[in-house]
Amino acid sequence: MSKQNGLRRYHAPVWDEPIVMEMGVAGRRGCHFPLPDATMQQAVGAAADLVPQSMRRRNRPALPEMSEPDVLRHYLHLSQETMGMMGISLFGTCTMKYNPRLTEGLAARPFVADLHPNQSPATLQGVLQVIYEFDRMLRSLSGMDQFTFQPAGGADAAYTQACITRAYHAAKGQLEQRTQIITSIQSHPCNPATSAAAGFEVVTLPLGERGYPSLDALRAAVSSRTAALMINNPDDMGIYNPEIKEWVRIVHEAGGLCFYDHANFNGVMSKLRARELGFDACMFMLHKTFGVAKGGGGPAVGAYGCSAELAQFLPGPVVTFDGKTYGVRDNAPTSIGRVREYWGNVQQVVKAYAWTRAMGAAGIAEASDMSVLLNNYMERELLKIRGVTRSHPQLEGWRIEMTRYSLGQLFEDTGVTVADVQNRMVDFGVDAFWMSHEPWIVPQPFTPEAGEMWSKEDIDYWIAVLKQVCEEAYSNPELVKSAPHNQAIHKLAPESLDEPDRWAMTWRAYQRKRGARSA
Amino acid sequence: MPAVQRAHPFMPNSVPAIKQQLLRALGIDSVEQLFAQIPAEHRLREPLALPPALSAETELSRHMVSILSRNVSCESALSFLGGGCWQHHVPAICDEIVRRTEFLTPVWGTASSDLGRNQAWFEFTSQLGELLELDLVALPVYSWGCAAGHAIRMASRLTGRNKVLVPRYLDPERRAVIANYCEPSQMPSHIAMIDVASDPETGQLDLADLQSKLTPDVAAVYFENPGYLGQIEADAEQLCALAHKAGAEAIVGVDPVSLGILAAPGTYGADIVVGSIQPLGIHMNCGGGLGGFIASRDEPRYAYEYPTLLISIAATTHGEHGFGMALMHQCSYGSREEGKDWTGNSTYLWAIASAVYMSALGPEGFRELGEAVIQRAHYCAKLLAGIRGVRLQRSNGFFKEFVVNFDGTGKSVAQINVALLDRGIFGGLDLSTSFPDLGQSALYCVTEVHTVDDLQRLATVLTEICAR
Repeated sequence: MSKQNGLRRYHAPVWDEPIVMEMGVAGRRGCHFPLPDATMQQAVGAAADLVPQSMRRRNRPALPEMSEPDVLRHYLHLSQETMGMMGISLFGTCTMKYNPRLTEGLAARPFVADLHPNQSPATLQGVLQVIYEFDRMLRSLSGMDQFTFQPAGGADAAYTQACITRAYHAAKGQLEQRTQIITSIQSHPCNPATSAAAGFEVVTLPLGERGYPSLDALRAAVSSRTAALMINNPDDMGIYNPEIKEWVRIVHEAGGLCFYDHANFNGVMSKLRARELGFDACMFMLHKTFGVAKGGGGPAVGAYGCSAELAQFLPGPVVTFDGKTYGVRDNAPTSIGRVREYWGNVQQVVKAYAWTRAMGAAGIAEASDMSVLLNNYMERELLKIRGVTRSHPQLEGWRIEMTRYSLGQLFEDTGVTVADVQNRMVDFGVDAFWMSHEPWIVPQPFTPEAGEMWSKEDIDYWIAVLKQVCEEAYSNPELVKSAPHNQAIHKLAPESLDEPDRWAMTWRAYQRKRGARSA
Repeated sequence: MPAVQRAHPFMPNSVPAIKQQLLRALGIDSVEQLFAQIPAEHRLREPLALPPALSAETELSRHMVSILSRNVSCESALSFLGGGCWQHHVPAICDEIVRRTEFLTPVWGTASSDLGRNQAWFEFTSQLGELLELDLVALPVYSWGCAAGHAIRMASRLTGRNKVLVPRYLDPERRAVIANYCEPSQMPSHIAMIDVASDPETGQLDLADLQSKLTPDVAAVYFENPGYLGQIEADAEQLCALAHKAGAEAIVGVDPVSLGILAAPGTYGADIVVGSIQPLGIHMNCGGGLGGFIASRDEPRYAYEYPTLLISIAATTHGEHGFGMALMHQCSYGSREEGKDWTGNSTYLWAIASAVYMSALGPEGFRELGEAVIQRAHYCAKLLAGIRGVRLQRSNGFFKEFVVNFDGTGKSVAQINVALLDRGIFGGLDLSTSFPDLGQSALYCVTEVHTVDDLQRLATVLTEICAR
């Protein structure tokens, strides 16, 4: 393959790696455990006899039998068959960042990895100090009065907000009256979903002509039934709602709480603080904004911070400090209890603390500047590409750290979809981009987010690849529609995975549905 | 000293010349202009009050090590803590794989860009399915408690009923999580949690009490096998059958490392099975190693209620094995508030650790592990039962955890654990505040990491402490 238009030659490793269930040979072992000990055997008898007769396992589990090096090499091959940000990942709404390997190494050491959450606080002074001090750092970034790190992701923090909303109104005797949570069509799906799961009705505001819901729409939605507002700002189009203080005032006046979903914090960190805008609570995703590895979707932390008034409802346990020693106390009796066991993903808090120390106040301000500068640079270049438009094209002015684009024009002209373009870009060593959360407010959407970790050269390369693919869409649409061509496998066949006889969530199910195993 | 301007190691564009180039491209003089859409009165005008930057890795490393060294780990101490997070051996290859950059740092990919991760996820669900003998396994959720909460909500939707029977002796952490998922009584879809007593003789669920509470409005019976206090439910099949007879779902929580020797829940009538993946190759991480699984028979009525991501094997246009998401429209990404509960970032890296773990162990590894654990636990229990004033709640019928009562020593568990800590031992989890009816009792956890010497040392030290 020759270089096309100065773009990299790239091909993913192809290993034709079997499914692990097809691997191995009877009798091979990948892991030994100590054999029965004579002393123990004498004292308590054979292990198998210690299981009540009715509960003994009858069939050996049909797991592969492999040696240790074969297991290692299998999963190494799978890692190589994963693009996994080895390319350039501008995965919008997720704020792709560098994850310092120092902290990965530190968190893997026994002084973090091999701690039990119920150890005596005297033996947990290090992690308790990190939790305590990082809480203070996030207070500085948000103006809030107290944080919890128990929520195990951004959605779990939104759920925490919904639970605290219940507790707050229940304490006032108004829970049965306040049945509605208001959000916008551009909020992350977890805001309406967790509200509904917590038992609330969801009121979704449409976007107005300025790219955010109008004050009139909000006023029409707010009532004595309003329990809370859950909103992000800027939203995923990079448009900041300048009326947000008025929003908070209106919701507060009606007796509701205001929650700032800081999913898009990167562009505004050090520029504004949720509490000063009037919000009662906010959420930061440590696996996005604070340099913690995402792990392909967790373990994650949705750090949830709130005002002093709401602190009594926070889930426990709470870390205390008497000036000398860190301690632990359980939550207040008014607390919502737990949204997840223990303190949450503590090792990720350690990494976020270290990232924040590595950046410092000036570094954080610079990262925010960079992400906004790069996004606007990228926008100027992307809009030069034939077939690319942006949401709300009539709105003048800069966007914050993300812009929502549309390939609707390209699709109308060529029949090539945004998913085809996504599949073709990976042929050039660029990670799959993010399209949009549901619902799509522009046709064929995509949402790159530059962030601060990618060099200008990387961004220029990404732009050049999109340009190349869009040109291919016009000159040779089949090439794009049949992509990828340089990946470990081809695109999925267009068959539904929603049919009971088609889907197979395990190898057992797959074999059974193909008649290779009896039910 | 004058301030030195250096490009930050994490930010390739923090070189003044590059910034200038980008600003020139946009025709502006300063980055500040880009924030014009944020009203001035919204802006924070003071610098953040953060401690000084430690951008030199050597300084940051020293700082972090100085703090974290104040922890005492279960590697350096001898720990008998369990309850909801357990010390099992983590094979080195699990650690190696989860630190691969391709798995560690990204968030998501497509069916064709990230084949390897999707396959590893499918191998997680497939291998867990073999341990459980169930055909439908979801990608994991945050924790066992969250998995149980979702499963109970699934059962409530399936049956249109709003009560769940749960064991009275349930991990208080897990109970608090489940209670949140069941919603307060003022909410329209509140699910009432009704406690089922244990038989004082066997420690197993009291069948008579269960039957008396199995009214026609019960959506599910939730029980754990082994239970929180360690006891194996020998009548698991009957428990499931009773639930079914009342038109309720049987939800069972299991410990996956027990399944080399304990019956697979799919064989005794469980409808929905949940549990923790932390024992499967994941360090405790002070509770940050948790992950929960949800599994069931592969029947549409169950499949249609999953809130999670569901990865399915699928064919490519060229007949290769690929993987895609099934039933995506029913999760919150697909349907917002109309979806089933919610999903989001979860514990997907840990699913890969568990996949490696299950491949390494294989059927013989799981049997050997189960036997090593159950034998050690019983040996330890027997040693402790020989100490004056110490009484076992029950001397058999458990897997890796058992209740040790210290009432006869005249000392509290708290006092005993302080004395043990002085000797480098983390004693069992204190149950005296969560379950005062058990007196001064502790939940001891013994696994394959413990040697005969460790267990004898515990007994020796406890003998001394109790005799004081």
